[in-house]
Amino acid sequence: MPINEVKPATGGFSFDNYARNTMLNDKGFKAPGVIKTGTTICGCLWKGGLVLGADTRATEGPIVADKNCEKIHYLAPNMYCCGAGTAADCDATTGLISSKLELHRLHTGRQSRVVTAMTMLEQMLFKYQGHIGCALVLGGVDINGPQLYTIAPHGSTDKLPYVTMGSGSLAAMAIFESRWKKDMELEDAMELVKDAISAGIFNDLGSGSNVDLCVITKDGVDYRRGYDRPNERVQKERSYKLKPGASTVLTSSFRKYVEVLDGDAMDTS
Amino acid sequence: MQMYEEQKSSCPVKVPVECRFSPYTDNGGTTLAIAGDDFCVIAGDTRQSEGYSINSRYAPKVYQLSNGSVLATGGMYADGVTLVKMIEQRLEWYRHAHDKQMSSGALAQMLSTILYHKRMFPYYVWNTLGGLDEDGKGAVYSYDPVGSYEKQKWNCSGSAGHLIQPFLDNQIGFTHQKEKAPLTLERVVQVTKDAFTSATERDIYTGDNLEMFLVTQNGIEKTRVELKKD
Amino acid sequence: MAMKGKNCVAIAADRRFGVQLMTLSTDFQKIFEINPRTYIGLPGLATDVQTLSELFRFKTNLYKLREERDISPKTFSHMVSSTLYEKRFGNYFCEPVIAGIEKDGSPYICSMDLLGCINHAKDFVVSGTASSQMYGTAEGLWEPELEPEELFETIAQAMMSAVDRDASSGWGVIVHVITQDGVMTKTLKARMD
Repeated sequence: MPINEVKPATGGFSFDNYARNTMLNDKGFKAPGVIKTGTTICGCLWKGGLVLGADTRATEGPIVADKNCEKIHYLAPNMYCCGAGTAADCDATTGLISSKLELHRLHTGRQSRVVTAMTMLEQMLFKYQGHIGCALVLGGVDINGPQLYTIAPHGSTDKLPYVTMGSGSLAAMAIFESRWKKDMELEDAMELVKDAISAGIFNDLGSGSNVDLCVITKDGVDYRRGYDRPNERVQKERSYKLKPGASTVLTSSFRKYVEVLDGDAMDTS
Repeated sequence: MQMYEEQKSSCPVKVPVECRFSPYTDNGGTTLAIAGDDFCVIAGDTRQSEGYSINSRYAPKVYQLSNGSVLATGGMYADGVTLVKMIEQRLEWYRHAHDKQMSSGALAQMLSTILYHKRMFPYYVWNTLGGLDEDGKGAVYSYDPVGSYEKQKWNCSGSAGHLIQPFLDNQIGFTHQKEKAPLTLERVVQVTKDAFTSATERDIYTGDNLEMFLVTQNGIEKTRVELKKD
Repeated sequence: MAMKGKNCVAIAADRRFGVQLMTLSTDFQKIFEINPRTYIGLPGLATDVQTLSELFRFKTNLYKLREERDISPKTFSHMVSSTLYEKRFGNYFCEPVIAGIEKDGSPYICSMDLLGCINHAKDFVVSGTASSQMYGTAEGLWEPELEPEELFETIAQAMMSAVDRDASSGWGVIVHVITQDGVMTKTLKARMD
């Protein structure tokens, strides 16, 4: 592409490499894996609002790619969204919708409503027919009170008082089904969500590490990153620090930074 | 089992439906063995899993055999159990026939033969055999499922084999290092524990417990260490 | 592979370029300097490695012209992420690793998958064909608060042991250690097979 043909980005997806990749794939080229958040995410309503919860493990096949990733994404000051599935899709989709909500708020001068966010996510995911692989748990409080939605990758939605998603959803749902009650106190709801996520962490291999919680009420948000850390690594048996010079070096160089100090300022008067 | 079955549905087109049965499963887990001058350490985690589920948190896959060797079996758990039963029987026959224990070298060769006898329907097991040889030196033999084997100084196989093996090359073999530290039993045990805690961090199929067998002239000592449960 | 140390970061790569089992070059560049304090490692399909490195050179030059300052590692990683995610359906086959020192002197490392999902880590990040081997060695050898010289030895050993167990990697290793006052670059004696 000649340099004078470079145009500013117009937004949206680019399919430039699609034909090439199909060709490479047909020839037997193996693409590197995609990071997924084989995940436990959930949320439940209580008397004064709602609690969202997530584990913090991101996997690439059987390997843990990130031991402490953030799965509860910001959407609006009164709304957060947990994401499971393809990690890049969850990050990008929630980022895009949160920007759109911000613009919408500036335009209308009103607080964002949870149904608005839900509808935007639903329509976006439906438009892409499941190719954007994220399963979401959306929670927020607006003038209609606290609301909790799930949005599946193809764009179907549910509105329920307690929801779970991801590979650990069954383990977490088992906890909710046995212990969730209407109009719980905050402490009980937090404990319940913590236990639901812990059930996923310990019984589902796709989920692991820590519990993140996010409490949303009409008065604000209490984001508890690392609310419970049941899986800290134990102290190693020995130190593997190596003595300088342990490895054989062929060439070595050291480049100092050149500090450009402010010279005489250009006369712009 | 019925091989074909008429499809029973409202669909007007009759299609033969093929029934398939897969005889193999991978139950995950990692095994490790390191041979020293006068000792041998054989270890394995105790998690048994399938897909994203944990079947058991304590299902040991490292077995102490009656001739004083230790066998670690990774891969399919059921095949491992069956293989160990079979080996135990052959060891007993050997004792009755020769009035002595089978040596670790002889057992190593026998295991290869047993595995190759099932060349067309193999035991889905990656074996690592550890023990002391006739001179009292540590010996480790590692196998593929059809009986190809090799005597090694250290070996790690299973789901986290890819992770631990290069770490052992570095800390037991001291590849690429100018100085080589002496390989004491204490050091090997420390490296083994650290290898497993590291693997538990990054491999989802490794965890729960670590079971270690320390084989020395004085006998076999078995120890257990807790690993992370997530 | 990139690692954090005490007020320093290190980034290392092997130097092989091959088509499946045939090695074609043993001094292939996979780590690129974005600015004196920011480096990016681009393992993956060679054509995409070079396309992306040129694209990022272009984008960061444009950034410098507009902003009259060097791009910070964190800002740069988000630039890389959105560049990759733009190609969500028809992606580049490349999993970048970024290492650098922030303006305030704090070390920064991150890795991405080929769709641009950023992975921030407190210890180390790895990427490429030998990634599982590197996870094993780095998880074993790394420890917190390493000085630049110690960090170099740790990343060098972790890298060399890992690539020895991967058939598609090897043929030499190059390490850059980015510190407060400069960049130390070393090539290592490794197996050439």
